[in-house]
Amino acid sequence: MRTIRFLLRKEFKQIFRNKSILAMVVAMPIIQLLILPLAANYEVKNINLAIIDNDHSTYSQKLITTITASGYFRLTGYNSSFKEAMQLVEADKADLVLEIPQNFERNLVRENEQKLFVAVNAINGTKANLGGSYLGNIIKNYNDDIRLQLIPDSRSNAQPKIEIVSSNWFNPLLNDHFFIVPGILAILITMIGGFLSALNIVKEKEIGTIEQINVTPIKKYHFILGKLIPFWILGNVVFTIGLIVSWLVYGIVPFGSLLLLYGFVAVYLLAILGFGLLISTYCETQQQAMFIMFFFMMIFILMGGLFTPIESMPDWAQWVTKFNPVSYLINVMRMVILKGSGLKDVLPQLGIVALFALVLNAWAILNYKKTN
Amino acid sequence: MKQLLVFIKKEFTHVLRDRKTLLILFGMPVIQVLIFGFALSNEVKRSEIMIVDQANDQASQAIISKIGASQYFKIEKLTNDSKQIEPAFKENKIKIAVIFPLNFNNHLLRENKAQVQVLADATDPNNATALINYVSAVITDYQSTLNKNAFAPYRIISETKMLYNPQLKGAPNFVPGVMALVLLLVCVMLTAVSIVREKETGTMEILLVSPMRPLLVILSKSTPYLIFSLVNVASILLLSTYVLNLPVKGSLLLLFAESTLFIITCLTLGIFISVKTSSQQVAMLISLMGMLLPTILFSGFMFPIENMPVPLQIISNIVPSKWYYIIVKAVMIKGLGFSAIWKETLILTSITIFLLLISLKNFKTRLA
Repeated sequence: MRTIRFLLRKEFKQIFRNKSILAMVVAMPIIQLLILPLAANYEVKNINLAIIDNDHSTYSQKLITTITASGYFRLTGYNSSFKEAMQLVEADKADLVLEIPQNFERNLVRENEQKLFVAVNAINGTKANLGGSYLGNIIKNYNDDIRLQLIPDSRSNAQPKIEIVSSNWFNPLLNDHFFIVPGILAILITMIGGFLSALNIVKEKEIGTIEQINVTPIKKYHFILGKLIPFWILGNVVFTIGLIVSWLVYGIVPFGSLLLLYGFVAVYLLAILGFGLLISTYCETQQQAMFIMFFFMMIFILMGGLFTPIESMPDWAQWVTKFNPVSYLINVMRMVILKGSGLKDVLPQLGIVALFALVLNAWAILNYKKTN
Repeated sequence: MKQLLVFIKKEFTHVLRDRKTLLILFGMPVIQVLIFGFALSNEVKRSEIMIVDQANDQASQAIISKIGASQYFKIEKLTNDSKQIEPAFKENKIKIAVIFPLNFNNHLLRENKAQVQVLADATDPNNATALINYVSAVITDYQSTLNKNAFAPYRIISETKMLYNPQLKGAPNFVPGVMALVLLLVCVMLTAVSIVREKETGTMEILLVSPMRPLLVILSKSTPYLIFSLVNVASILLLSTYVLNLPVKGSLLLLFAESTLFIITCLTLGIFISVKTSSQQVAMLISLMGMLLPTILFSGFMFPIENMPVPLQIISNIVPSKWYYIIVKAVMIKGLGFSAIWKETLILTSITIFLLLISLKNFKTRLA
């Protein structure tokens, strides 16, 4: 016990003397929480639209007004030929092109049917899909209006109609910040815990001080615990700063129990620190440790469900995410912070993360050799 | 000249001997392309849905079987107790719930009007909106089978064509992004850290007192990374062509020329960071926070730039990867020529020259 106390004192001294670590602990939560949610706005609006009106009739004018009044579209081109409009698409100045054919109004009234031509820049699939369907909806509504106008006693009232009442739970205003901020909190804890612990033992190896520790009676688990505890405390500090920032800036207060949140983070930190230490025991230089950690971090974060839902992944990828501790943390953060889930709801995740912690730390202790 | 070659050879050996760094160097591009290409998508499929059927009549069952047959949903539970919805949401068992009230069919047929309630888990707002849209589409579809006989006059049909990417895949959007990301990582982070490492371990002194001119030392340090990066560009393009079925539409030569320009920009950035810092940890931190984060944020392949607040949109203009991303998208996906991207190329070149001048000015031949 005494040995660990001395080790802890040494570690804390080293941490407080290293300005870059301190800067990272304070600055990273603030920067990430302030900038990322601002940038991560997935709402599709301001879609740039180019229109080619070959008809110049009352109807085509009305259609254009309806579209621009919808608020989703920004009219960036009013061209006379399709080729001109395509140039706007190539220069990324237009996302959608709507072509109204000649005699649109006349044919619609006479032939009961008329086509509109829509071209979508589909490089960004999601945006293309949404933009196209917005435009489709507007055209459909416009169509209904015209029909009502032309046939005043529309028969549509006599048909059976199912009214769909939808409500969005846990986030009624569909605020993107609610989705992204708990995820960023999870990433923060992971990055701080993972990088700091991965670099730590390796640094002692690189500058040679590990030899001095190896010749003392310090036990393996003493040494690992002495490395683990300071970073565990640091992780909790970062998490607290993050929670405060998300409360002050975004007004996000956890719905569920704060105790449960800290409890889960406590266990999770053990797991991710264990992972960092494990990498540390396998590497010889800080450069290697950084890069390897970075390699895994990138996979963990991309496949953790931060930006794209895990359910949308193919089966093999979903299977891979079962071995990704970050995905459990992101999941639990959202459940507890947004939905107010209780201990009973997150018990499976807690169990798995505890298992990660156990296995990774045991592996790190076994792999740390005092002899070369 | 011979000296330079010897130094470059030393650097190559240096990098190639470190297997763990090689993993990052060549493994990362492959993994990134695979993850982005196959694992990440916003596509909705087999989302868990709970159905509370209090009506249990012809209409509700017809709709339920349509929902069950849809590729977007997997019926997690069919019940008549609406109290089960909330716990299921909290346990994360379902994403959406549909409630059919009592006498659904009766209302629909007698009064021509019936109500369905749809509840979605909006912790992920986009997903929730998409799911509600899909459920509504299924219900409207059923409704229109009821109205089959009615004739709709004055029909406007919109014929939609998806340009460049008819199947709406994610790949055309992210392959250029991954290229920018990988080149930046390899060039900035690896060069910065490897030069600073020589400072930290003290071998930089030895290099600086050698008969080589200091600038040539730096040049020889960055040459291997230029070559490795070009190898990475080639491997990403090969993967994209043969694994993701996304071939290069424009000129390959132009693409490689522009990539070389961007690599030089990144190398200059890496050198600049290494000139300014003295420890590996700090160099790493600056490359991560100052380079990687802005690239992910501002190149436009993960987050839409046009939705950002204006100050961030302005900042995005000084991020070199944004311009490279636009160039690659134009050449690779749209198949445009140099005339379409000369402006972006000019901007990228100016940023490079500017950075080069600054780092040369700050370069010191003495360490202390």
